[in-house]
Amino acid sequence: MSVRRLAEVQPADFEFTQDNLQWAEGQIAKYPEGRQASAVIPLLWKAQEQHDGWLPEPAIRRVAEMLGMPVIRVMEVATFYTMFNLKPVGEHFVQLCGTTPCALRGAERLKDVCRKLIGEQNHVTADGKLSWLEVECLGACANAPMVQINFDYYEDLSPESFEALLEDLRAGRAVTTGSQTGRSCSAPFGGDTSLTDESLYDGSVVGGWKSRFSEEAKVDAAEAGAAAKPAEAARPEAKAAGSKPDADAQPADAKPAVAERPADRSRREGQPYLGSGASAPAKPGDKEA
Amino acid sequence: MTKIIVDGAEVDVPAEYTILQACEAAGAEIPRFCYHERLSIAGNCRMCLVEVKGGPPKPVASCAMGVRDLRPGPNGEPPVVSTRSPMVKKAREGVMEFLLINHPLDCPICDQGGECDLQDQAMAYGVSGSRFHENKRAVEDKHIGPLVKTTMTRCIHCTRCVRFVTEVTGVAELGAIGRGEDMEITTYLESALSSELQGNVIDLCPVGALTSKPYAFQARPWELSKTESIDVMDALGSAIRVDARGREVMRILPRVNDEVNEEWISDKTRFVWDGLRAQRLDRPYVREGGRLRPASWPEALAKVAEKIKTTDKARIGAIVGDLAAAEEMFALKDLLSRLGVANIDARQDGAAIDPAAGRASYLFNPGIAGVDEADAILIVGSNPRLEAPVLNARIRRAWRQRGVRVGLIGERADLTYGAEHIGAGTDSLIELVEGKHSFARVLAGASRPLILIGAGALARPDGAAVLSAAARLAQGVEARAEGWNGLAVLHAAASRVGALDLGLVPGEGAKTAAEMAAPGGLDVAILLGADEIEVAPGAFVVYLGSHGDRGAHRADVILPGAAYTEKSGLYVNTEGRVQVANRATFPPGEAREDWAILRALSDQVGARLPYDSLAQLRAALVAAHPHFGAVDAVAAGDPADLSRLAQAGGALSGDVFLNAVSDFHLTNPIARASAIMAEMSALRQGSLAEAAE
Repeated sequence: MSVRRLAEVQPADFEFTQDNLQWAEGQIAKYPEGRQASAVIPLLWKAQEQHDGWLPEPAIRRVAEMLGMPVIRVMEVATFYTMFNLKPVGEHFVQLCGTTPCALRGAERLKDVCRKLIGEQNHVTADGKLSWLEVECLGACANAPMVQINFDYYEDLSPESFEALLEDLRAGRAVTTGSQTGRSCSAPFGGDTSLTDESLYDGSVVGGWKSRFSEEAKVDAAEAGAAAKPAEAARPEAKAAGSKPDADAQPADAKPAVAERPADRSRREGQPYLGSGASAPAKPGDKEA
Repeated sequence: MTKIIVDGAEVDVPAEYTILQACEAAGAEIPRFCYHERLSIAGNCRMCLVEVKGGPPKPVASCAMGVRDLRPGPNGEPPVVSTRSPMVKKAREGVMEFLLINHPLDCPICDQGGECDLQDQAMAYGVSGSRFHENKRAVEDKHIGPLVKTTMTRCIHCTRCVRFVTEVTGVAELGAIGRGEDMEITTYLESALSSELQGNVIDLCPVGALTSKPYAFQARPWELSKTESIDVMDALGSAIRVDARGREVMRILPRVNDEVNEEWISDKTRFVWDGLRAQRLDRPYVREGGRLRPASWPEALAKVAEKIKTTDKARIGAIVGDLAAAEEMFALKDLLSRLGVANIDARQDGAAIDPAAGRASYLFNPGIAGVDEADAILIVGSNPRLEAPVLNARIRRAWRQRGVRVGLIGERADLTYGAEHIGAGTDSLIELVEGKHSFARVLAGASRPLILIGAGALARPDGAAVLSAAARLAQGVEARAEGWNGLAVLHAAASRVGALDLGLVPGEGAKTAAEMAAPGGLDVAILLGADEIEVAPGAFVVYLGSHGDRGAHRADVILPGAAYTEKSGLYVNTEGRVQVANRATFPPGEAREDWAILRALSDQVGARLPYDSLAQLRAALVAAHPHFGAVDAVAAGDPADLSRLAQAGGALSGDVFLNAVSDFHLTNPIARASAIMAEMSALRQGSLAEAAE
């Protein structure tokens, strides 16, 4: 890990955008009175996201001001965690995992690719498109070697595919996130080797019991329709709590969170998000404009 | 209480003790760097490792592990701690070796040499050689102000300074940035420290990373003569040690006195020593034709004596300054009363305090340590951060650790704790007395309320009424604990309480300091180190003091006296504690101790003072005022005085309160002579001006 200090050239000022300010206030409100300092990492993270992937000095001051912290305390946090970039990074910031599993699977050769295409660590290419940093384990060891570029993982890389990936990013072409060899998640190479029996998935052997819920729900709905409607309206939660506590409640809660994610990701421009079907190529002109 | 066996000896210690404290209680010495009794526990130096049975099966950092966390043995035996086992020895050697890996071997050029914890402990617990052949870590030095010099390569990251600055001073400016090998102690973008207690990090630093900048390369600790003394920069009377070499004071360090300053001192106390060398009056001067010319002692004394003899006694007066010791004040009063002069006043600032109202009317009655017991604090017309920084640290601790609510009436200021600003003037005080303000409920609900009155609140025409109102507040609380007297007067002058104890206030029909200084007030004015008052033209001014300050510039005759490090004297601090300041060096040139000058003068004016030595003078002083005999003790004020004071009443003017101290670094002639203090003052005023823009 290199010495992490503030960049020499700093912007004059930093101000959160209105959206991010609202988001920040939501984060601060999570913590009880007098414990607002707990929001320091989320706020710094948001500031970094807003400021082209690196954290300028005015942002540190601004966050300290927002949280009523001594500015040196925020500085300590910002310089401690390697996820905060204190110097400018490329538009596509490559975090290359160099920990053991990836190293065994060829991360060293990926580093050579980085050195060839980008230069040394923390060096931003002249066109401002790329920079890279070796990081510790990113938790995708089954798909080693891998890199994280901005908010997406690119797994199962080979020097060739990685080089092509970087060239595509630099040129603003669409790229595929996740595994670069086409496998799904961390499924075995060359197709499944076990649990291949089709009947496992058609509901006839495993999971057949699940159909009980939908049948019960139908019965419930029929009964409820017959019962007195005003009583039910007064306690709308009674039915859900009585019949199937988790199955209904869980997805309802989880949905907004899922819906937010694409919005978050799209803040980093020039990054097609294929997972949600957005396959439009990035607009390279955005950044310069 | 919990039993624990330390090195084979069973000791009974409170359960909340850490292993380190238990070991100390058992008499075993534990080396440490990061642990400090008055700071939070960090546990990061690992030097205090011990072996325990009943704890984890590995060396344990004794500073961070509680005795209560140890398991008893299978048959209920007490836990066993070993501080001398081979495992402990090996662990200490290992830790020491790691610490020394990156620590430079520059002891010969390091100011900490000779009083360095790392040096001492490396000798005691280290090994003789190094197995480290790689390059050492190098860290750039930081510029954190004119007082603290940094050599960060020497830093061992104990974080004592960071914890002190954050916890005790409350101005969280130091921090540790980066991590691992890149960790560095610094301020934000290397701004200067702004605390008034920052010099204490020099003492706290166990290595030579933070050293005194003004003292840099001046002396080695073993060549200094050390004198235990008392500070006079503020009215707390902090315990200090004056380190001198030959005739010069080289530095001033704190001593531990839990009742007063614990082990901190303010920067003014610590760094004022260069003021003891500059602007000194080292020979008598006589004014001739508008200019001061050097004179001999007989000449100067004869001139003064002639003036005194030929002047009407009602036209003679004396004003006593802020740094005078009890002996010379007593001798001066004695001399004047022998001459039949009643005009004498020690209250240069015009503080409306009268010793006739009883001692409890002008003392910090709860005691400085009483701040630790107070459960509600009201500050009236004071900024303790500037008037007594060490006391302010205590108030901050009460607020931080015990959640004591602090109210402030007077100028708004950053006191380093969350003081509720109630108002600026006497109206708010009346509101509180009448119970109309919400803070009145806080005071009423407190069993030990502390009403701190600053010198600025008393030094005004309605000062007596302010004091009375404060006494009503201190008294009017129902839940008051037995024996608690919450009226706390925080004086700004070290000599003030002593002077009031000695009765240095004008007698019946005599003139106060302000009247004496007014045009036509006096024909002969004797100033005993009085520099905060301007004597109007017309009077013949005799200045007896140590520094060429305002008083000396106005003087017609200058009699050079001794500064506080050059004489043995009694001082009474703001809580009424009698303390002895000892002589560390001799006065420069022909300057003499002040009492001896007065004794010589008494001979010339034909009113010989009946003491020929300091011992005789002190005996006479104690005979007249017995409580001066009990050194280091506080003769408490009579609580009945409080009731009388409360009933005194008086009309309040409605003016806002102004603090006694606005420029912390330049409050007395010694500090004004100091280049370090001037630099600090300029820095402070500069940053204030910047903040105001």
